[in-house]
Amino acid sequence: MSQDVFVVAEHLQGKIDDVTYELLGKARELAGQSGGHVVAVLMGSGIQNQAGSLGAADKVLYMDNAALEHFNPESYARALSHILEQNQPRLTLIPNTSMGMDLAAAVSVKNNLPLVAYATDVQIDNGQVVATSQLYGGKINVESVLEGDSSVVSVLAGSFAVDAGKQDGSPEVETVAAPDGLDQTRVRFKNLIQPEGGDVDITQQDILVSVGRGIQSEDNLPMVEELAEALGGALASSRPIVDNKWLPKTRQVGKSGLKVKPKLYFAVGISGAPEHIEGMKDAELIIAINTDPEAPIFEVAHFGVTEDLFDVVPALTEKLKG
Amino acid sequence: MNIIVPVKQVPDLVEELEINDDGTDLDRDYLSYKLNEFDEHALEEALLLKEEHGGTVTVIAFEGDDTDKVLYTAIAKGADRAVKITNDLPPGTPNHVLAKALASVLSGMEYDLILTGVQAADDRDGQLGVLLANYLDVPHVSVVSGVAPSNGAVTVQKEYAGGVMAEFEVDLPAVFGVQAARQTPRYAPVSRVRQVMRQAEIEEVEANDTEANIGSSIRRMFKPEKGAGAEMLEGSPEEIAEKIIKILQEKGIKK
Amino acid sequence: MASNKHSIDPDQIIEKEHVVQEGMDISGHWNRMFEQRVIWDYNTEMLDKVTALEGGESLGYCYQCGQCVPVCPVNLVGDYGPRKIFRRVQWGEDLFQSPLLWQCTTCMNCLRVCPKEVDMIQIMPAVRQEAVLEGYVPEELQQAFENTFDYGNPLGESPKKRAAWTKDAGVPVPIMKEKKQAEVLWFVECYPSYHPRGIDASKALARVLNELGVDFGILGVEEKCTCDSQRLAGEIGLFEEFAEQNIKTMKRYKFKKILVTDPHALNALRKEYPKYGGKYDVVHYTTFLAPMLEKLNFTKKLDYKVTFHDPCYLGRHNGEFEAPRQILQALPGVELIEMFRCRENSYCCGGGGGGMWLDGFMADHVSERLSERRVREAVEVGAEVLAVCCPYEVSRFEDAVKSTGNEGKLVVRDIIELVVEAMAAN
Ligand SMILES: Cc1cc2nc3c(=O)[nH]c(=O)nc-3n(C[C@H](O)[C@H](O)[C@H](O)COP(=O)(O)OP(=O)(O)OC[C@H]3O[C@@H](n4cnc5c(N)ncnc54)[C@H](O)[C@@H]3O)c2cc1C
Ligand code: SF4
Ligand code: SF4
Repeated sequence: MSQDVFVVAEHLQGKIDDVTYELLGKARELAGQSGGHVVAVLMGSGIQNQAGSLGAADKVLYMDNAALEHFNPESYARALSHILEQNQPRLTLIPNTSMGMDLAAAVSVKNNLPLVAYATDVQIDNGQVVATSQLYGGKINVESVLEGDSSVVSVLAGSFAVDAGKQDGSPEVETVAAPDGLDQTRVRFKNLIQPEGGDVDITQQDILVSVGRGIQSEDNLPMVEELAEALGGALASSRPIVDNKWLPKTRQVGKSGLKVKPKLYFAVGISGAPEHIEGMKDAELIIAINTDPEAPIFEVAHFGVTEDLFDVVPALTEKLKG
Repeated sequence: MNIIVPVKQVPDLVEELEINDDGTDLDRDYLSYKLNEFDEHALEEALLLKEEHGGTVTVIAFEGDDTDKVLYTAIAKGADRAVKITNDLPPGTPNHVLAKALASVLSGMEYDLILTGVQAADDRDGQLGVLLANYLDVPHVSVVSGVAPSNGAVTVQKEYAGGVMAEFEVDLPAVFGVQAARQTPRYAPVSRVRQVMRQAEIEEVEANDTEANIGSSIRRMFKPEKGAGAEMLEGSPEEIAEKIIKILQEKGIKK
Repeated sequence: MASNKHSIDPDQIIEKEHVVQEGMDISGHWNRMFEQRVIWDYNTEMLDKVTALEGGESLGYCYQCGQCVPVCPVNLVGDYGPRKIFRRVQWGEDLFQSPLLWQCTTCMNCLRVCPKEVDMIQIMPAVRQEAVLEGYVPEELQQAFENTFDYGNPLGESPKKRAAWTKDAGVPVPIMKEKKQAEVLWFVECYPSYHPRGIDASKALARVLNELGVDFGILGVEEKCTCDSQRLAGEIGLFEEFAEQNIKTMKRYKFKKILVTDPHALNALRKEYPKYGGKYDVVHYTTFLAPMLEKLNFTKKLDYKVTFHDPCYLGRHNGEFEAPRQILQALPGVELIEMFRCRENSYCCGGGGGGMWLDGFMADHVSERLSERRVREAVEVGAEVLAVCCPYEVSRFEDAVKSTGNEGKLVVRDIIELVVEAMAAN
């Protein structure tokens, strides 16, 4: 039994995902409270050098095995289960991502550990681990107390700042042996498939910048597209833009278009007709720019701007580009 | 291929959700329930596989509000069997318990594949499919969007962030958490549902094991703060831009 | 190969080179009228598939006179009409899987002129029902069906909020569950309960009913969509499901008349519900109010040039052309101008027969939306206000006013909103 806070590092194609740094930053804070260390768990094959980017951890537990070369729900879960069995940390933080989903619930059963998923916050409160989950489509937050000396929380990406956990350094690296027969799996990795070119699927985007008739002319589209790029998102639109053939039908949000639920929906020059709102009201964060303070889009938006979009959009793009 | 699709009713998010007086659960008296949307995709994928490669599709649900309607609708769409687990497991029962109950029912059934929705709106203690697979000790892959049989095993695609997919070959039996079926879940014409209601039968079973270590309890439920209408950002375009960036950073959208 | 059912035995035909009948010389080489023509050699399989359906029979009556095509509102912005549908099915197009199947708005203008009574109002739902059963249903429409099945309204809004609009109506809107009996049961329907612009009209009607001292009540959360448009779009099971529920609900209350805001509800309650045992005296609000106008005190002069769009399901389908006009003409200052297509020959907004939920689908088949075409017609006659009295239309036309660039020139108002405006001072 230890007071350590473990963080499962996520990596794809040789790159540690930012969510790992978010968790490391949070783990630092929690380890301070529990009086333990921050330990990053790195599983892979021939990626010891990655440990250097996990400087926010006190220690890196590194398991190197051919069966871990690519993420594999079975071998990774067994490896992690083995590590947790040996170390019994106070708390293990796992990203609530595609990979993390295959690990957290698996080790919860394999190691008989309490699990709380979809967390956006974790605290140690009077010696107890308390996790706040975002459930019911973001409509309700649920605060859970985790019992026992060791537990698992899977955390939604984007919950914590990356900076606090993104430090280069040379943490102590401890190599751990893989459990026996790790290559004997019923799940076998075949290959990675890169996303195709083609048009983007706006229903799958985390960030959408959506334009409406307020942009007036097709010539102004690149200005908004630049903002979308600067934000790392894609361009969507209301129906009139598609009617005018300025954007393909696949970009139309609304009743007769697509329903989207991005993390950010940036509505630029869109009035917010009911037929449009039907398609985007469930977005996690809605910011709207519209010169008309009475525009119905402001009823569903979280933040609003009533300045001219032709002033705000370029200013924002410029600042984002830094 | 014989496919089992366990489905779950979740609170309908179209309705306002209210929290009960002691703040530890939803006010369930006034809730309405709806089939988890990802389960609809799991069912669709199962039906497509059956149409392409033969076999059967069995849908399993926990007894509760509108369970019969859900099961009849599934039969109207093309499922062969509908099974209802009759233990008293009301909505809001932790997934560990539901998975344990399912595992005890499924261990007495023949199956090659179990398809579940990848997640549900009330998965506080982890995703049902992964828990189930581990109780049954069969392999699992979640966030799957394509399933194809390939000599004795199946090939699935798992989606990572940014649209990258990984392809896995998995031995049967296996559990997959379906993110999206290859096509929009089909429509069950109401006349067919009504006909099924008159003719089809729902089997009832009781799970003999519903004990699981959940290891956590709900201390408090609360609604995220959200004022009525938008908070207006004012100032010069540059100041507004600054404010927007700050919001994006706070929400973890922009680093 | 299907049979040549229409062929006649050539031996039976007597050829006469010189014939004078009733003083008219009709001689000639025996004419082609009696010969087998190529048209009879078509494979009739696809046509048979349609005419074999209950309701589909009349497609086979078409004799290609072409009367229907110029009056078909879809043809005006696309390539459509019963004659064309018949012809393409005859050429072997499978109507069940064809995009032709979903474009008809069941506006009934073709039936009005067709000498053979080829009846799209029967044919379309019959064929669509089969298509829906086979799984050929456009996605947008499927969404509306699913919403209706799950929530009792095609918008997918919470059924618990069906009467939420009454809270800030400013006047009492009694609910039948408490009131139990009333002279008039107001069947509000979905768009008037949920769509922001529909709600505006509902509030206005509530005010007028209170002003007139009408003893009325609504079903509130117990009300479900009448599903007339879903029925016409092929979901007959859905229609039956909710018809049974609504009839059961209404049985619990005592009332003399049903008042509707929505002509589609009028059509369902008046013409279809009796088949399921629900017989009611149903009136549209314009019909109901027209004889009571003198009881309203109009204090504000409106001074608008108003044109009126006849809803297909009020006018052609249910024969009411006068009441809306009487109301408009009773409003002080209103100058009523008619559009070229009006009354029996009125154009269609495009929302009927499922068109309300096929906006994206239709866009691929027409050069402009029917609502856009209609808005341009209203602007052409110099109207400042396009008056409507069907809840589909306000949203459709307001959107079309914007998309045709006529903002500032034309506004869309429900007649009841104009009534309330004219009552302004009291
Ligand atoms: C059956 C049906 C289905 C429909 N389906 C859809 C659908 O799927 N999706 C959809 O989007 N619509 C749909 N519509 C159309 C919908 O009703 C609206 O007409 C449409 O959404 C309006 O698009 P908009 O907001 O871009 O344009 P507008 O309503 O014209 O809004 C433009 C906005 O830009 C603002 N603006 C102008 N200049 C500036 C500036 N310089 N800076 C900042 N703001 C500015 C204006 O104040 C205005 O609010 C449908 C309509 C119907 C009837
Ligand atoms: S009017 Fe009637 S008979 Fe004439 S072409 Fe049209 S459908 Fe056929
Ligand atoms: S009912 Fe109306 S839309 Fe349909 S074919 Fe006839 S005229 Fe055209």
